[in-house]
Amino acid sequence: MQEFTKLTGVAAPMPLVNIDTDMIIPKQFLKTIQRSGLGKNLFDEMRYNPDGSEIPEFVLNQPAYRDAQIIVAGDNFGCGSSREHAPWALLDFGIRCVISTSFADIFYNNCFKNGILPIVMPPEVVEVLMEDARRGANARMTVDLESQTVTTSDGQSFPFQVDSFRRHCLMNGLDDIGLTLEKAASIDGFERDLATLRPWV
Amino acid sequence: MTAPRTLYDKIWDDHVVHQSEDGTCLLYIDRHLVHEVTSPQAFEGLRMTGRKVRAPEKTIAVPDHNVPTTEGRDTKIDNEESRIQVEALDKNARDFGINYYPVSDIRQGIVHIVGPEQGWTLPGMTVVCGDSHTATHGAFGALAHGIGTSEVEHVLATQTLIQKKSKNMKVEITGSLRPGVTAKDITLSVIGLTGTAGGTGYVIEYCGQAIRELSMEGRMTVCNMAIEGGARAGLIAPDEKTFAYVMGRPHAPKGAAWEAALAYWKTLYTDEGAQFDKVVTIRGEDIAPVVTWGTSPEDVLPITATVPSPEEFTGGKVEAARRSLEYMGLTPGQKLTDIKIDTVFIGSCTNGRIEDLRAAAEILKGKKVAPGMRAMVVPGSGLVRAQAEEEGLAQIFIDAGFEWRLAGCSMCLAMNPDQLSPGERCASTSNRNFEGRQGRNGRTHLVSPGMAAAAAITGHLTDVRDLMTAPAEPA
Ligand code: SF4
Repeated sequence: MQEFTKLTGVAAPMPLVNIDTDMIIPKQFLKTIQRSGLGKNLFDEMRYNPDGSEIPEFVLNQPAYRDAQIIVAGDNFGCGSSREHAPWALLDFGIRCVISTSFADIFYNNCFKNGILPIVMPPEVVEVLMEDARRGANARMTVDLESQTVTTSDGQSFPFQVDSFRRHCLMNGLDDIGLTLEKAASIDGFERDLATLRPWV
Repeated sequence: MTAPRTLYDKIWDDHVVHQSEDGTCLLYIDRHLVHEVTSPQAFEGLRMTGRKVRAPEKTIAVPDHNVPTTEGRDTKIDNEESRIQVEALDKNARDFGINYYPVSDIRQGIVHIVGPEQGWTLPGMTVVCGDSHTATHGAFGALAHGIGTSEVEHVLATQTLIQKKSKNMKVEITGSLRPGVTAKDITLSVIGLTGTAGGTGYVIEYCGQAIRELSMEGRMTVCNMAIEGGARAGLIAPDEKTFAYVMGRPHAPKGAAWEAALAYWKTLYTDEGAQFDKVVTIRGEDIAPVVTWGTSPEDVLPITATVPSPEEFTGGKVEAARRSLEYMGLTPGQKLTDIKIDTVFIGSCTNGRIEDLRAAAEILKGKKVAPGMRAMVVPGSGLVRAQAEEEGLAQIFIDAGFEWRLAGCSMCLAMNPDQLSPGERCASTSNRNFEGRQGRNGRTHLVSPGMAAAAAITGHLTDVRDLMTAPAEPA
């Protein structure tokens, strides 16, 4: 996993609430058996006409936002299915950070497994960041995981909270499975107890 | 004495392998269900790192999302990408030695229907699957939730999951439901009330008389959609109905093991005085047959209502409602019962069980679908299908003009050929009405099986209660 420490980049405003995983990556793109290559289909049905041409109004099709690395979104981003294809598609497009007032639980989890930082901010802060994002490509936002702050293009800084374990993993690009396997002895012990306590499991 | 605990607390406590100082836990996973869409990259990850499946005997795989639901699929799947995914699952199941129900097996079906049916899902267990509707298994008093593919790989390799405990939420449905009102109406009404983010950060325990009075099938329908309310999982305390459902299933314990399990299962309830962080109470009598009008499962209204106008909402929801109405092609003030339907889908892990088919058949008996209606029943598993055939339900559907399909997810997410065309409008017993969910620019109204059957007959959204009072047999 690619580590995340500090990012300065263009933020795309997506004020819509309840942006669900079917919007982020429609199911016809879940048929892949790989993780990569989904970026071109990110937000597919919002981004392209049925004939494959781009819908110019869609934010990521606008010249100012084609290289966006951050999304500032409306409430409850990522609701719906557990498909990790959603963060894979975001990452493949180049998005490393999403900011919203709230995220759906599974999506939130999935982001951390893929080097994407989801940031929860109060509504009034999201409002300010949304305004900043609307200013386009010259307004670059800075997200600093080390100091846990987001800074707008005009220098306003806002702190955010993130779970310390997840922050540690993200900053160091650590593989969860490797970390867990270090606790193999505890798992062995648990399974031994389970065999007597709940042998039917 | 320990402090009073909720059902969630108890199951959680019994599965903690390791707890870090910051509260992050390593949680033991008793059952891991796997399907073809969210697992290929996880198995690939194992191969790349030379890791094995730690507990293949606790891992169960079945293809469901992508499989066609028409005859001949066990020899040939036309869509190449779907075929590759199903073949990949075949191979992964073989290579890693996990339990497997291929398409050719009568026990194949939607993973959340197969798990309980085969007795893999038992009270007090932790159950995960790379699918958000894993919440379904909570109906047994099992802590069950969806995970992403990285976590699928994590569970395959370690039989554990890194988790932080959620908060406790109680949803109580008091009293009894009125005739024509079902588990689907309960679960949609709860989401209508709390919103799709209302449960975020919580595990919901559903309780109250109306929940107790539901069958296991109905309880699965309720828990299934906990995720649509944003919750990590839904739970219902096990009781005699649960034990009766589980007993004798292929993978349920037998003999002395059964007795020991039963003794443990009977301890699985929320203690008197246990604290919930949030409580929602709804009177069962107040719940009507409902339908969704928009593109979020929280867009719920009683069938007797009219299409709302965006101005009735606040904040970001105003714009979302406007977008929804445009997408759905609806006008504020229009009566919901005036909305014409061209497709009816009965199936999915929400409403693809035998009781659901019985409820729909009850309404359809001796009737015909409206002219031009495309109507489809996709049983949740091969066994549900066989049972429905034995009970004569299949014939009722066929006589009414429904297609009688093989088991799978089908038009619930339309990854297989069963899809809506642009502008087509569907009364569906599934769980998501998102834009494009059932096909690009397709329009979905979520309903109960009885309501779906009623819409199939009349050709528009219909109050199922109007058809229940009508004579059962045509003249
Ligand atoms: S039936 Fe629908 S919701 Fe259920 S597992 Fe299949 S695709 Fe998911």
